[in-house]
Amino acid sequence: MILSAEDLHKHYGEFCALGGVSFQVYEGEFISIIGPNGAGKTTLINVLTGLLKPNRGRVFFKEMEITGIGPERLSRLGLARSFQLVNIFPNFTVLEFLMVAIVSRLGKVKNFFSSLLRDQEVTEEALVVAKLFGLDEKRDMLTKNLPQGDKKMLDVASAFALHPEVILLDEPTSGVSTSDKNKIMETLVSASKKIGIKSIIQVEHDMDIVFSYSDRIIALHQGKILADGAPEKIEKDEEVVCTVVGQKECFKIFRAVLNREN
Amino acid sequence: MRNRREVTALKSFRIVSLVVGGLFLLGLPLWTSQFISYLMLTFFAYAITVIGFNLLFGYTGLLSFGHALFMAVGAYTAAFLTSKFSFHYMEIILVVAVIVASLLAALIGAICVRYIKIYFAMLTLAFGMLFYTFLLKFYYLTGGDEGMRVLRPYLLGFNFSEIPKMQFLTGSYYLYTFALLAVLTFVMWKIVSSPLGLCLKAIRDNPEKAEYLGVSVRKYRWFAFVISGAYAAIGGALLAPAIGQVDPGLTYWTHSGTLVFMTLLGGFENFLGPLIGGVVYIFLQDKVMSLTQYWRFIFGGILAFIVIAAPGGIAGMISSLVRRRKS
Repeated sequence: MILSAEDLHKHYGEFCALGGVSFQVYEGEFISIIGPNGAGKTTLINVLTGLLKPNRGRVFFKEMEITGIGPERLSRLGLARSFQLVNIFPNFTVLEFLMVAIVSRLGKVKNFFSSLLRDQEVTEEALVVAKLFGLDEKRDMLTKNLPQGDKKMLDVASAFALHPEVILLDEPTSGVSTSDKNKIMETLVSASKKIGIKSIIQVEHDMDIVFSYSDRIIALHQGKILADGAPEKIEKDEEVVCTVVGQKECFKIFRAVLNREN
Repeated sequence: MRNRREVTALKSFRIVSLVVGGLFLLGLPLWTSQFISYLMLTFFAYAITVIGFNLLFGYTGLLSFGHALFMAVGAYTAAFLTSKFSFHYMEIILVVAVIVASLLAALIGAICVRYIKIYFAMLTLAFGMLFYTFLLKFYYLTGGDEGMRVLRPYLLGFNFSEIPKMQFLTGSYYLYTFALLAVLTFVMWKIVSSPLGLCLKAIRDNPEKAEYLGVSVRKYRWFAFVISGAYAAIGGALLAPAIGQVDPGLTYWTHSGTLVFMTLLGGFENFLGPLIGGVVYIFLQDKVMSLTQYWRFIFGGILAFIVIAAPGGIAGMISSLVRRRKS
């Protein structure tokens, strides 16, 4: 077990965003967290990554309690995340952006007088990550001038540059054209193998992506776990699928399952 | 995107410009009046202060409205050591000023960097005004509103007391201050080009993302605060012998405002912008003050113009002109 959540509760005033969520993540798993809007998916990611402190419950990472310890310390321990909305440094070049993650991982910030431009190790590592995500040709471009898809990719790439053991991706394909979604997922999976990421947890709305890439699916509804299991099990559970994705999408999925079985 | 040849050419152009500019400033007292050299001397002291101030403002995104506090710490250190303890070695004065200011900045910074934007600005302003009141009210220690005299320091162990004051200030003291400005500008360039500089800019642009990438946001903001405080103390300690008398006005909020004005005027997005702002401010102030007693009115107009029409300051205007000519 690499990550575990124990009885997480999070309230915003009267509203209960998480009402007792518990689950374990094991090495090698690709987990998708699904649920309708307001189910508590992003709150769960925020609590797991220490941005929010839960009202009750605990989070453990590699058997160490990490509840609310904050993103900076978590990144050092080996847990990284990307964001639902593009979260970048607009005035940085692509390479500089990746360098931020690399210098903090390598502990190079404390040497006040070392030249960043002359640091071959940092530059080369940044280039390797840029290449993994297909951004090497845009290395000198300002991130604010990148197309939306590349911005999203860069946000994810910077989290990968930390070489984490577990990565949490909050809707990595949101705001990206349908044709690019599979390309992004393929890139993510191959990059995580090359970097040595042990587990991936993603929040995702696109059911094609969820059922194609996940080893396990956790369905959230009104702050509670509705179902937790392999995709083959979840896709056959009519109640879960219809609650999570809505009636229209639900019929589409069942039609696909039936077609496959026939 | 620039190719390698263009980058090298630009780099060489910058180095040549800096060397030519440096030699020009170095030889200035030889062909200008003592008064102009004296104004340049005060500029050098302010330049050191604003180049440190911009690490906090331009690079880290924290606008301090009480930064003159640290300049006053430096200036009063020089006054105390020379007039109360008859200690004249400038190098030791500078070291003591840096130590005292760094300790104070570490303490004040630890509180202030917990806040950002207007809250940070107001807190720093409050600390500046607290120090102002301290200097004003503890008159038996600080001389109150009359301030304290600053006696002539020894430079590199040499006593220059035989030389007339203006000759000393525009001669050896000018060169001494200029050398320090050159060294401290180089040191600051190294800092902003280091991984710390990159992380400070990341904090300025997006602190939440920076934290997720392992950047200790609060710690590095604190580093920037302490470094900029130390720079201001050096600036203050160098200014003190030039003005000969220190008083609480050095830490009054309008003096902190002057530092903000210089930085905005020159352009906080450019490394050398605050230096340009400093020199223009000092010479413009001298010119406008000799023309009218309402000089603050004119300066207010200039500040309003810059904020509205040229937020990049003079350096920003120059770069956009160069870019337009190229395209």
